[in-house]
Amino acid sequence: MPSLKDLRTRIASVKATQKITKAMQMVAAAKLRRAQEAAEQARPYAERMEEVIARLGKLLEGRTGAPALVMGTGRDEKHLLIVTTADRGLCGGFNSSIVKLAREHATALMAQGKQVQFMCLGQKGYDSLKYQFQDQILDTRRLGGSKGENFTLARQVGIQLLEMLDSESFDVCTLFYSEFRSIISQIPTTQQLIPVVLPEADDESIRPRAGQAIYEYEPDEDEILNELLPRNIRVQILRAMLENGASEQGARMSAMDSATRNAGEMIDKLTLQYNRARQAIITKELIEIISGAEAV
Amino acid sequence: MPDTFHFELVSPEKLLFSADVEMVVVPGSEGNFAIMPQHAPTLSTMRPGMLDIQISASENKRIFVRGGFADASPASLTVLAEFALPEDELDRDILKQQIKNAKEDVADAKDDQTRNRAQEHLDHLRVIEEAL
Repeated sequence: MPSLKDLRTRIASVKATQKITKAMQMVAAAKLRRAQEAAEQARPYAERMEEVIARLGKLLEGRTGAPALVMGTGRDEKHLLIVTTADRGLCGGFNSSIVKLAREHATALMAQGKQVQFMCLGQKGYDSLKYQFQDQILDTRRLGGSKGENFTLARQVGIQLLEMLDSESFDVCTLFYSEFRSIISQIPTTQQLIPVVLPEADDESIRPRAGQAIYEYEPDEDEILNELLPRNIRVQILRAMLENGASEQGARMSAMDSATRNAGEMIDKLTLQYNRARQAIITKELIEIISGAEAV
Repeated sequence: MPDTFHFELVSPEKLLFSADVEMVVVPGSEGNFAIMPQHAPTLSTMRPGMLDIQISASENKRIFVRGGFADASPASLTVLAEFALPEDELDRDILKQQIKNAKEDVADAKDDQTRNRAQEHLDHLRVIEEAL
């Protein structure tokens, strides 16, 4: 049985922990609001962009010389997985669920004899992947967190991807991130960036068009595609980062909330134990005094 | 033939406009063009300018856009703008900032083609500033 002094120190330390988790929860809650707004406002743009690209891809399908950014290199050998996570931990299963998804994807691909390479956006992804795939990780970047930094990072990654595609360093590029649904629900998501996933012909979201007319381009096709496609990559990466940002704060908030509650329960339990022990000592002393008096 | 079509204007920050409208005049990079229902599928880049939205015969709205794309199909028009702001919220300070950004684009341009395009953007912005 622990002594009274031990119990007192434990209670004090759990209380200190509780203060920290409580503070982290409140910080996460404050950050969440802004991150959530940013993620939700970026959504329509990214979704429309995806639609436009998908429709474009449909029209370009089967044509020779179609831009690699839409149709890929036409092979399916080298895969690049972009794993976006957070830089920091203590946010429940947020990082590990994204990494788990990416790891399963990678293992499945490798079992089929394909080459797999990783690019980590966010320190935590690298930390968990390095044990298994050390040699396959091309690049790791820390996230800044602020809006401007996210934007620059998305841009840099976009440029890097274009260069890699030009030199045919990969055939298929897949993005892993966590979609923000609500504070308690973040869904790890896989999005194939290159080649673009073509919608099924009978998909309702693709509006029917008379006779599958070919697009008219202004000023001309090359110029538009040259501008539109790289931008699409940037927008999709940025969107993944923003969704992740909101998810991270949401996950941290609920994780810290349950940690605070746990600490509270523990303090209650320890206090009870402490009081019992104190009572037992008093009773013991009384018995000693009484039996001493009786013996006289 | 339907007299309206669905029009959506989105910028990276938010969805600015989504409704059925009669006609939209888009500042395409090769000149303004009006989109009406049953327009042929078109994809165009845009220069900085005013997007003129005719919601109904009596109601219209003007929105300033800079850079981006217009994607027209017979039943819908989607404008993906890099920057968009309703005309009544537009003022000199915001335009100045935009002009500054455009100047940086010109300075940052690596090849002639991008520099020319950035320069065009800048010129258009100056015209708008003067008109204000």
